[in-house]
Amino acid sequence: MIYDVLVVGCGVVGAACAYSLSRYDLRVGILEASNDVANGTTKANSAIVHAGYDPLPGTAMAKFNVLGNAMMPDLCRRLDVPFSGCGSLVLSLAPEDDAELQKLYAQGEANGVPGQRLLSAAETLALEPNVNPDVRSALYAPSGGIVNPWELCYAMAETAVRNGADLHLESPVTAIEKSEAGYRLTTPKGVFEARFVLNCAGVAADRIAAMIGDESFRIQPTKGEYFLLDKSEGKRVGRVIFQCPTKAGKGVLVAPTVHGNLIVGPDAAPCAPEDTANTPAGMAYVRTSALRSVPSINFRENIRNFAGVRANSDHPDFILGESRAAKGFFHLAGIRSPGLTAAPALGEEAVRWLREAGLALTEKANFRDGRRRIRFHELSDEEKNELIRQDPRYGRVICRCETVTEGEIVAALHTPIPPTTVNGVKRRVGAGMGRCQGGFCGPRVQEIIARELGMDQTEVLMDWPGTWVLCGETKGGASHDEG
Amino acid sequence: MTKAELVIIGGGPAGLAAALSAWESGVKDILILERDRQAGGILNQCIHNGFGLHYFKEELTGPEYAGRFIEMLRGTDVRVRTDTMVLDLTADRILHTVSPEHGYEAIRAGAIVLAMGCRERTRGAISIPGARCSGVFTAGAAQRFLNIEGYMVGKRVVILGSGDIGLIMARRMTLEGAKVLACVELMPYSGGLNRNIVQCLNDFDIPLYLSHTVTDVRGKDRLEQVTVSKVDENRRPIPGTEMVFDCDTLLLSVGLLPENELSRQAGVEIDPRTNGPRVWENCETSIPGVFACGNVLHVHDLVDYVTAESMRAGEAAAKFIQAGGETGDGVELQNGDGVGYTVPQHFRRDVSDKLQIFFRVRRIYRDAFISVYDGERRIARFKREHMAPGEMENITIPAMFLKHITGGPLTVRIEED
Repeated sequence: MIYDVLVVGCGVVGAACAYSLSRYDLRVGILEASNDVANGTTKANSAIVHAGYDPLPGTAMAKFNVLGNAMMPDLCRRLDVPFSGCGSLVLSLAPEDDAELQKLYAQGEANGVPGQRLLSAAETLALEPNVNPDVRSALYAPSGGIVNPWELCYAMAETAVRNGADLHLESPVTAIEKSEAGYRLTTPKGVFEARFVLNCAGVAADRIAAMIGDESFRIQPTKGEYFLLDKSEGKRVGRVIFQCPTKAGKGVLVAPTVHGNLIVGPDAAPCAPEDTANTPAGMAYVRTSALRSVPSINFRENIRNFAGVRANSDHPDFILGESRAAKGFFHLAGIRSPGLTAAPALGEEAVRWLREAGLALTEKANFRDGRRRIRFHELSDEEKNELIRQDPRYGRVICRCETVTEGEIVAALHTPIPPTTVNGVKRRVGAGMGRCQGGFCGPRVQEIIARELGMDQTEVLMDWPGTWVLCGETKGGASHDEG
Repeated sequence: MTKAELVIIGGGPAGLAAALSAWESGVKDILILERDRQAGGILNQCIHNGFGLHYFKEELTGPEYAGRFIEMLRGTDVRVRTDTMVLDLTADRILHTVSPEHGYEAIRAGAIVLAMGCRERTRGAISIPGARCSGVFTAGAAQRFLNIEGYMVGKRVVILGSGDIGLIMARRMTLEGAKVLACVELMPYSGGLNRNIVQCLNDFDIPLYLSHTVTDVRGKDRLEQVTVSKVDENRRPIPGTEMVFDCDTLLLSVGLLPENELSRQAGVEIDPRTNGPRVWENCETSIPGVFACGNVLHVHDLVDYVTAESMRAGEAAAKFIQAGGETGDGVELQNGDGVGYTVPQHFRRDVSDKLQIFFRVRRIYRDAFISVYDGERRIARFKREHMAPGEMENITIPAMFLKHITGGPLTVRIEED
């Protein structure tokens, strides 16, 4: 079979492309190197929906940021993705920041950011009483927000798969050659052929491009480190709090998450593509910087550190469009911040490219948009009771910190893209995301995965390939009678 | 709404003992809510022996110790509802529960005993740097995998923290054929019981590195190496002291935290020193009719002490149900030099026959005194040959000593003379 379109990479950008394409009568394939979707930059970032005043006017980053921002509330409602349009503030904390705020404001106006305003110190503190009392002024953008980035990716990818797209996991592309129809992509899972290719490979996008002889850009993976604090700190701020950007990036932010935690980070340091290690220096920098914005953050309530790798590049803008070296081969590369915000708009843009390139697009008569998932803890008492009556597994709380039930885990394991790992389940339903970090529920989640997917418990990984958890049975063995 | 005279949250050693003593005190309508599939709590995964030396005067394993109480409760009408999670608790003693069998259910309780136990501090809580590979477990999670599920978590092991679970797991992993390379402790002394240092490390030639910590974790997929560094007196790593261990597993035994999310929801006042409720001498919290005992109140060293404390809590809950709440003037207890906290945090002046105070010391002492002061006046003094932060201390002050106190706060402090 020859696909009409092969999407290489299933982070949020690849998922957005697949989602946009799945509306049409096309054969769409997705090749993902890892054992789950959303397993790179998408799972480890600031989770911010940017308003759009940061990018320089006229850039693709500016255009797609503002477009994506406008799409986000409706998209998230449709696909049941946690989103909050909580707004954002950029703080001026020093005299030299004032001019920077003016510049951001002007950029925002040029980029079409709706409703932004410059606030006085008093207005800022009235909105956010916990920010640094020495704040001088702030740029307020009501269209800034927060989203669950990996769930956005799951939702779009699942919808694409439900509408006929083929997802091939653990299929890193190792070679690409020109074929009569278009391109032939080699992976350990087989050879796939397509008329058109979308390169959404994140930190590997330059390596994919090089396979067709396109060396027009280089990805410079850039690590950002984070703290994730307990929900006890989750109300420290109500909006995304930025500092004025510097050459290194947008600076350290302090923000609530859609799960009710507080996220603090990132720094920015060049790194190897898969280097997600935390460093004492990085963590110290993030902590110190964040306390400048919000001095009262209680870091003793930290529950997790992590690091994400952004796909920065040697170009100042997103790298978008058809490769000069290869007709029908399109890049969505160098998707740094505000890539998460821009992703839905980039998906739509990719569809336009393909139409212009001669791909016939007929809307499916039976396209099934929309997605719902049960979040037990959000239900009313009556709804909880009714659900447990229908399926008693919803009455068994597995993750006590986040109140996630066995029913939700089982449901996730039977979605169009079932997770096969402990962290895959964690990202699907939140089990293990809380203050005990899976200390209590980890073994039970592992047991449920093995049971539902017919695996041996020792085969269940923590996360990406190679992250084994168990190395075998004890001398007494694991066979025991239930009950 | 369902009603119960006494609801006990948690069916571990604390909850079981509280239920038994409340029953023996005459309360007949007792309901234990347990989130796991069986009662017994964390004892079920503690298959080593050494439990019960004080209480039963014999050496039992964890499951045997729990089994004794479960057996004793079989002879009563105490109901144990397993697989049941309390989602919310209100100050007017209404519990919102969920279970596969009973669905969502609100229960109004005449009195409540909080016995939810504690949880382990995690990698995040102490911000250990390094890779996000697999192979980093809390000691208790590893213990569950080995002892309940029957799986091994790794073959070459480093343990960070010398808390009791970490020490026990050093021996357990060794007996299962793993190589335990080191136990690494940030403080200049162990956080666990001395007998565990001897029986779990020394007996197996596992080195204990005091004043050391893990400063890097490496591994692309699974853990491959940890770096251990010596720390200075401010607990900062000293450059140049790094030792690298090739290992596939890092177990964390870096402290326990009482699980008081429900208590906080209900508005129970929490003592930041213990992370547990502030209680009176009868284990009553700041909310009348709500009592707390066991590791939810403060982290204990021996389950026998949990049992004793929980017996008192159960008895007090019974008294509350039968005769109403206690009144009387309160006296505050303060922790002075060398003392980390006290439980109780305050007591009623007309305490019946004696006042028992539990606490932990901040460092190791030899031949020192525990003194209790009423202002400048010392009202009691107790000699101890050896005290260590890993072991819970307690003193008992006879009521007659408390007859003539001023009513101002009493201070417990360590004196070395």
